[in-house]
Amino acid sequence: MTDTVEFELVSPQRLLKSEPVEMVVVPGAEGDFGVLPGHSLLIATVRPGVINIHRDGEVAERIFVAGGFAEVSPERCTVLAEEAVPVNDIDRGEAERRLEDAKAALAKAEENKSEDDGDGTAMAGAEREIKAAEAMLAAIQ
Amino acid sequence: MANLKDLKVRINSVKSTQKITSAMKMVAAAKLRRAQDGAEAARPFAQRMERMVASVGESVAGTEGAPAMLAGTGEDKTHLIVACTADRGLCGGFNGSVIREVRTLALALKRDGKTVKILCVGRKGRDGLKRDFANDIIETIEGIGRRGVEYGESVEIAEKISTMFDDDGFDVCSIVFNHFQSAMTQIPTTQQLIPFAATEPENGEDGEQKPIETGPQPIFIFEPDEQDILAELLPRNIGIQVFQALLESAASEHGARMTSMENATRNAGEMIDKLTLTYNRTRQAAITTELVEIVSGAEAL
Repeated sequence: MTDTVEFELVSPQRLLKSEPVEMVVVPGAEGDFGVLPGHSLLIATVRPGVINIHRDGEVAERIFVAGGFAEVSPERCTVLAEEAVPVNDIDRGEAERRLEDAKAALAKAEENKSEDDGDGTAMAGAEREIKAAEAMLAAIQ
Repeated sequence: MANLKDLKVRINSVKSTQKITSAMKMVAAAKLRRAQDGAEAARPFAQRMERMVASVGESVAGTEGAPAMLAGTGEDKTHLIVACTADRGLCGGFNGSVIREVRTLALALKRDGKTVKILCVGRKGRDGLKRDFANDIIETIEGIGRRGVEYGESVEIAEKISTMFDDDGFDVCSIVFNHFQSAMTQIPTTQQLIPFAATEPENGEDGEQKPIETGPQPIFIFEPDEQDILAELLPRNIGIQVFQALLESAASEHGARMTSMENATRNAGEMIDKLTLTYNRTRQAAITTELVEIVSGAEAL
């Protein structure tokens, strides 16, 4: 067995990363999980958070993802992320603005809730956006 | 001399038309390059997403609680057709072929006594379909991909489709778009979105089909359970499928426009040559007549 696992990070626009790594830690919806070579088959949802890529025994790269899915097999770990930014490239001001916008959107959705739009898609979307923005801010703390 | 002047005016007008068509061709070529790159870069995500849906889908297939989006509503009465066209014309048979495909599909469905609903993406699709299906077009979305197709836009369309599905608006949904083959050829393609239908891998070497042939299915761990994953995965998958279709459609549009504008430029060139020839001949004839007049006038003296 090789001592690396093939890590792929894919966004809808393009394949962001495809390289062998020692270990990746993925923020799963039910808790972070580390993927080492020989991991059993797993499909999991990913919550907004940071993916840590380990090389030579230490964290070599940190990438923020705003949720998605992960598919793990013994030799491969594929993360499908709708949005992915390296933690170092996150702009604090922008993240804060995003949080504000999301909060405003949620307030607006709550206001409209009583009138029409009974299914609450707007609210759910705004709540998801708030979580993503909060996770983004937490990543750069 | 009026004739000569008319010719000159015509030559000039054809020349300016040629300038416009050749500029449009260049713009289309530049946009085509970008759209094509975008469509190719987006392929890995769609492939992996589909593989994932297929793996999760197989493990819940046949069980009681399989979501309707995967298994269908069990009925086949109302069909939703999403027609992807451009907002603008001047791109050869691009819009026409999608419209024709939708029309054939809709008529066939109607003959079987089914209800058809049409969602138009792009203004030209609505223009072409409203004469025959004015009552079936439920909505038109315009302005997609004006500055390149964005994922957010397709998610919005997908959300519309999902909401409509949840409200029992339709049983089966398909999307019709131009599949980009090359700048010269675009193939109108119909793809089923709901219920989920795995498309055949294009070149057969994709690992997707293998497990079925080699016996027992690999057993996946699901976290959280299959149902929860599917509930998240399926709407996203529709978003991705729509995104992919829009990208293909955008690339096709620019390809078709480039080809047709190239033809137009060539035709304009031919026309200019012909007109110039006539112009020169007429001018020559006029000069000859004038000379003959002068000479015979001098002789008469």
